[in-house]
This record gives sequence, structure tokens and C-alpha cells, in this order.
Amino acid sequence: MALLEVQNLKIYYPIRGGILSRIVGYVKAVDDVSFTVDKGETVGLIGESGSGKSTIGKSILGLVPIHAGTILFDGEDITKHIGKNRSPYRKSVQMIFQDVNSSLNPKKRVLDVIAEPIRNFEKLTKEEERKRVDELLTIVGMSPENAIKYPHEFSGGQKQRIGVARAIALKPKLIVADEPVSALDLSIQAQVLNYLKDVQEELGLAYLFISHDMGVVKHMCEKLTIMNKGRFVESGLSQEIYENPEHIYTRRLLASIPDIDPTKKEENSQKRAVINAEYESENKNYYDENGKVYDLKRITDNHFVAKL
Amino acid sequence: MDKILEINNLVTSFSISRKFYPAVDGISLEIYKNEVLAIVGESGSGKSAMAMSIMQLLNPNYSKIEGSVIFNGKELIGMKEKALNKVRGSGISMIFQDALSALNPLMRIGEQIEESLLYHTTLNKEARTQRAVELLGKVGIVNPELVHNQYPHELSGGMRQRAMIAISIAANPEILIADEPTTALDVTIQSQILDLLRQLQKDIGSSIILITHDLGVVAEMATRVAVMYGGQIVEIAPVLEIFENPRHPYTRSLLASIPHINQSGKRLNAIRGMVPSLKYMPRSGCRFADRTPWLSKEIHEKEPTYHEVGVGHKVLCTCYKSFYFENEEKTKNGGVL
Repeated sequence: MALLEVQNLKIYYPIRGGILSRIVGYVKAVDDVSFTVDKGETVGLIGESGSGKSTIGKSILGLVPIHAGTILFDGEDITKHIGKNRSPYRKSVQMIFQDVNSSLNPKKRVLDVIAEPIRNFEKLTKEEERKRVDELLTIVGMSPENAIKYPHEFSGGQKQRIGVARAIALKPKLIVADEPVSALDLSIQAQVLNYLKDVQEELGLAYLFISHDMGVVKHMCEKLTIMNKGRFVESGLSQEIYENPEHIYTRRLLASIPDIDPTKKEENSQKRAVINAEYESENKNYYDENGKVYDLKRITDNHFVAKL
Repeated sequence: MDKILEINNLVTSFSISRKFYPAVDGISLEIYKNEVLAIVGESGSGKSAMAMSIMQLLNPNYSKIEGSVIFNGKELIGMKEKALNKVRGSGISMIFQDALSALNPLMRIGEQIEESLLYHTTLNKEARTQRAVELLGKVGIVNPELVHNQYPHELSGGMRQRAMIAISIAANPEILIADEPTTALDVTIQSQILDLLRQLQKDIGSSIILITHDLGVVAEMATRVAVMYGGQIVEIAPVLEIFENPRHPYTRSLLASIPHINQSGKRLNAIRGMVPSLKYMPRSGCRFADRTPWLSKEIHEKEPTYHEVGVGHKVLCTCYKSFYFENEEKTKNGGVL
């Protein structure tokens, strides 16, 4: 059984109009998507801004209301759990946010930031709590003396590691990581990615890794899904998708990534032009007349594409 | 090749509680006609401060610029504001990272382009309008007449960036400084903007100083690359050399920390420690020494100088000769190059 199973998830935002502000239509942020995350694996969710990838992440945490569909966690439908009933689930799913400056409370010491989730679920004495926080800081490669400092005393990479420590404080089974490294410098990004992998091995975590950076996703994920206009366009094993992208949107996305080999400059530029032309001409094979992405179809065991 | 801009020993300092700390610390550089020089570095390396010093857009109350910047034989540092305004836009112009805050929200796109034409050309009102529409078409905007009458908030991120490029090329500048022009954009839009910049460079024949932290963008665009760390250029070389034969420990570490599409799962190389803040930057010796604690201190020079290691390839400090990665064995790679 999959750890997380999302079925036919729809997240619509109402558009209100008229004098009575009645609902006149919907913005379909996420439109009928299904996927699973198994124990201990990393699933990547890729898309450009506005594709709905973060909305999916938030809906799993229960941070946005969903329109229709079910989210099964360990076989239980958590969309039906409201209020107190939800707390065991809240313990096993955590989130790492993109912006470290706004996701850590500036008035709290690192100790309190990391201990807050622990305090919600466990009754620990001061000493026990401090010990746990010290352990967590050590896992993310920071020395325990840092516990009495405030977030502003740290660099971006260190802050993100504090965010990781907080997320793993309750030994969750699943972490939703929403663009965890996109605000960080290259060398710092490498540090955080390495720690994310270490922590995963140590605790047997599953990640839903949301990102727009194909290089980072390739590094982190065995399975990935590409989103466009609130729908999935391609999904499957990373290796297969990178080697053999089927959907025109995926091909275009892959072609857009600047290659670090300067000798391929011209070649890439030409490839891009060809794919862009194809994107215009073959549009109707991939999108219906309303511009909606088709449903996913299986093409090999581990590769699904939304195609006519 | 013709030199059009020459920077000599540029030092730009910012004041922190009444003391000045140099963010750009002794940079010397030449820009030639028709080249794309990429300036690479992490945040805090001084790359943007350098660009702002060339254009002299820094507030003189908090900053101090020393050294010389010679553009077409004229010294820009200390030039009168009125004369500088002649250079800004028509001689050297700039594309900023965040188009929404760089554009005036209360002015229509067309007016903002025409403003540049008003100061730098002798065209009359109708000719300016016509030229503005032409420019919008040139930067790949599909319906230039419409966009000419729109406000910045009505455009998408990619369109705004295009509009800003139109403003910056309006007066045919000889040098275009692009400060992280695509960082805020999606990859598909990024590739469009980069293609556009490359095309424009061919058409109007200007040189580009491209400031970025993305080594992929560098490989796509640049002809020459300068790597900055701690306010200094630590390595400068033609683009192929940088990627195929990087020498400075910082350049090598940076290249090793990129998660690459063709190799997954491998542990990334993380650089130890962090970039020191302006106040705590070491002011003598090799600035990168603190981040390679596994190396002996003797391999660094006391006063680092540039060493020529190839055609147009210069490296700061002698530590490149005996650098090896932390997880590599010293006997295997130490001292071998």
C-alpha cells in the first residue's frame, strides 16, 4: 500500500461576480490529478509558476480547501478528518518551505522553533526537550550551541537546515518540500540537498519534492511528475522521462535548461527552435480545443503521458 | 580587439556604522567590443556592486567609489552628473533583475521607452512613438501597438523583461549591463530572453556584461568569464577554459556543486562554511583560504597576485597549484595539474 495516495484531486478557486457576488466560474488550480508516494521514496513535482504544484503540496498539509477528490494517507482518507481527529496525521506529515526568512519566527530562539512541534504532541521536561533539539541540530550538521540563537544570526543555508530540523522533529513519514533550495546559492544548495538525502536515509522518510529546477529534481528523485495548467502532462521514473520525454511540454522544458557545456551552445539553440516550432504546430495532439491537457496514458510500465 | 571599457583597481565601499568596508576590492578588467563577459559569483561576492559602480547608481551618502573606469577614453569616476546622464542609456545601459520594480508603475510602457529616446536622440514626438513601437516588436512582443499603451502591471514577467530590454537598447548603447536578467523567470521564458539577448547583440553589435550566478546561463551566453569571490576576481578566462580547465579552488568547487541532469544520486560537493559578510571578510591573504581548512596554510600567497596559466586565463593566488577536494586523496591529486 502506498504511503500517500491522492485520487482525482481538484482544487478550484471560485470567481465571484455580479451584484450578489455569486460564483460565476472557477479557476482550476489543480484539475483532477492522481498520484502516489511510497514509503521512503522521493517523488518530484515539476512545473513552471502557476502550474499548481505548490497548491498540491499545500492541500496535502490541509492548508488549502479541496474541491473534490480524496487524499489517503496510510489507507485513511484524511480529507474527512477535521479538527482534533486530524492530529495524528499532522504529526506524520511535515513541510519545508521555500522562503526561510518568512517561515522561521524571528522572535523565537532556534530551540523554541524546533521544539514547537514537539511541545504540541509530547510532554517532555526541559532537559529532555533540549536533548532532542541538540540531536536534531546535529543531524542537520549544526552545533548544539546554536539552539539559543535567533534566526537572523544565521545564513540562508543554515536557516533552511533549521527548517529541516523542525520538519523532522516529530519523526514524520512524509515531508512536503516546496522549493526548499531555490532561494539559496549554489554551494549552499548543495549542502542542504546533501542533508536532505542523509536525513531521508536515517529516518526512512518519503519526500514530495516540489521544484522548478530540473537538475535538482533529477538529483533528488526516482520518480517525477511534470505539471502544466493544473494537470499532469507526464509522469514516471526520472530516468525514463529524462532519456525519452514524450510530451511536447516536457521536451520544451528540458530543451530550455541551459547546458553547462559551452561547446553545445549552437546545437542547443537550434534544438530549442525546432521544439518551439513543434510546440506551436502539434499543439492539438497534446491539448484539447479548450487548451486542457489530456488524461494520462500508460506507454511503458513506468511512464505515463497525457496525449491524444 | 578594441577595448571599450577599462576598469582599473576599482574599490567600492559601503558604510556600516560610519566605517567603510569594500564590497568590490581592487578589480581591474577590460571589456572588448562585441564580447559577452559573464561575471559569476554567489550573493555577496560584489558582482552587482561592481555593475552599479560602473553606472554610478549608488547613493554617495553610503558608498565610496575609488579607482578608475574609463569608457571610450573618458574617465567616469568623478564625472559630473549631467555628463554621466549622457553616457547612461546611450553609452552604457542596464537591464535589472526585477522588472516590476525597475519600471515606473505610473507610466505607460511606450512613454518609458520614449523617455530614453527623448534624452539621447533628436527624433520628434511622432518619430519617437514609431521607434518605440518598432523596438517593442524587435524584442519579440507580438502586439507592440497594444503594449505601447499598457502599464507594467498589465504585462507578464517575461513581457516586462522584454519591455525593459527595449528601453535599454533604445539609444543603441555600446555596452549593455544585464544584472541577473533571467533569475526571476521560468526556464522556458529564460531561454527566450537569452535567445533574444544573443540576437540583439548580433544586430546592434554591443558588448554585454552579464551578471549571473547560474553557470548554465554563462555557458549559453558568454565568450569570457570572470569568477568573483569576496569582492575580487579570482579567475578570468575564455568560456571554454573555465568549464574545461578551471583552476582556482573556488571555481572548481562551484562547478562540482551543480546537480547535473546527466548524473544523479552522486553526493554533491558542498563548499564548507559560508561567504563571510562584508564586515568580517578577511582583508589580507587568500580570501578563499578559510573555506578550505583541510589544505595547508602555506600554499596561499601572503599578498595574492594574478598568475597567467593560459591564453587570457588568469588565476589569483598560488593555492590553485596544490588544491585538492576534501574527499580526494592528497597523494593522488595534491600538486598534480
